[in-house]
Amino acid sequence: MSAAGKSPSRIGESVAQIGACGLFLFQVLAAVPKSLRHFAETVRQIWFVGAMSLVIIMTCGLFVGMVLGLQLYYVLSIFGGTAALGTVVSLSLYRELGPVVTALLFAGRAGTSITAEIGLMRATDQLSAMEMMAVDPLAYVAAPRFLAGIVAMPLLACVFNALGIFGAHLVGVNWLGLDNGTFWSNMTSSVDVWKDVVNGVWKSVAFGAVVSLIAVFQGYTTPPTSEGVAYATTRTVVFSSIVVLALDFVMTAFLM
Amino acid sequence: MIDAKPLPSDDALVQVRGLRTVLNGKTIFDGIDLDIPRGKVTAIMGPSGTGKTTLLRHVTGQLAPDAGTIHVDGRNVPALSRDALFALREKIGFLFQNSALLTDFSVFENVAFPLRQHLKLPEELVRNIVLTKLQAVGLRGAAGLMPSELSGGMARRVALARAIIRDPMLILYDEPFVGLDPIALNQVLKLIRTLNDTLGITSILVAHEFAAVARAADLVYLIAGGKVVARGTPDELAHDDSPWTKQFFGGEADGPVPFQYPARDYALDLGFPAAMHMAGAL
Repeated sequence: MSAAGKSPSRIGESVAQIGACGLFLFQVLAAVPKSLRHFAETVRQIWFVGAMSLVIIMTCGLFVGMVLGLQLYYVLSIFGGTAALGTVVSLSLYRELGPVVTALLFAGRAGTSITAEIGLMRATDQLSAMEMMAVDPLAYVAAPRFLAGIVAMPLLACVFNALGIFGAHLVGVNWLGLDNGTFWSNMTSSVDVWKDVVNGVWKSVAFGAVVSLIAVFQGYTTPPTSEGVAYATTRTVVFSSIVVLALDFVMTAFLM
Repeated sequence: MIDAKPLPSDDALVQVRGLRTVLNGKTIFDGIDLDIPRGKVTAIMGPSGTGKTTLLRHVTGQLAPDAGTIHVDGRNVPALSRDALFALREKIGFLFQNSALLTDFSVFENVAFPLRQHLKLPEELVRNIVLTKLQAVGLRGAAGLMPSELSGGMARRVALARAIIRDPMLILYDEPFVGLDPIALNQVLKLIRTLNDTLGITSILVAHEFAAVARAADLVYLIAGGKVVARGTPDELAHDDSPWTKQFFGGEADGPVPFQYPARDYALDLGFPAAMHMAGAL
């Protein structure tokens, strides 16, 4: 078949996938009230996708902050504006880098494990077994993981931001000799809680919902084969990354 | 030839009428009727790919048929709402071919899972019920193990304990003997018969092993080609001389069920010039 012949069906498949994902979102949302009966499972998932992701989030946050500190110190020193280092670093982290990089890391760390776990549950008939025990897998498996992503992502982004600022402080103040008081006072006077911090939190909530929805959907609908699970985990990372970056642009345009 | 039509029965827990199923363009069932009598072990047998597991999926509402009715305890399963279906499933136990134990939970928690999800019972009572069921399948001592630490036969017995934890009215066994050594097979076989007799459960058993089925089942349906081709007690079917029963129970390679999957001419596939020339001439 020619490439031209393939493209309409691929576009059709993509549109069908988006439609199926949208319908799946409604099914998961409808199952949320029932999932509150399994609240312990939701807490377990928050621990699994949140607490278990802390090491990678903290490490990456620290290094991103250190790189930001180093790069921005160099650029700002050209204009004699190194005093603004704390301000620029914190605004970059709160408004963009914190939510976006955390979401990308979350997709790679927690999203893939959610997809693989649910995909293997599908392949080994565990979801069917739940259905046969009159336990709705949407309420017991899908909804808790979806909610866990929404809860964990903003918390992880806050940790990422804190470690990022700490990393920039290490480089700017402890290593390059910027005044400690200047670093903090410029930052606190320039960062607006509602416009910068809260808007970043809203972004994190949205990214958490999108990434966990994609991860759960891919796992839930994967063909029950080893190849199917492998493709599904790959799709989780690829689709999540694209959607997060696209959604970031849309949200930035509306929240500016 | 034994009468393939279901006998009229007012005491059937499961009644299937005019069941027609087409999956991926292939007709699986072409208008079959069958009755599963209450309190009996009924075996569903047939060649691989004939739709035995599909039939179980129809009975439990996991798959909707293209036509026909499936009444379980008087309720037409395909017409039930999701909530009504889940209410019915609370009275049905299902033993999956691969056991389908929840891998994150211990044996104890797997067996306790349906109780914890549906009933608010004191922990002491949950413990007693779970240990009673595990004792019945001989695995009380394995309560603390994880599914990954179990052999195939043990996993099957844990799944059986989970299936009977709420004393169901109907249990469906999907190929419970596959992959079991003779000792485990005998244990599972004995359990199926004992549970059925002592708890008064109705059982549907999908299996290929006629020797095992003959020891456990009261009634056997032989399905092939989308139809019920034979029905009777194991003894009746063992002495039946129809081509279907002779091939299936006699283990003959060829017969009504062909050994070869449909294909084009063998000589043509091998590229023999004479055959290709003849095909071209034709």
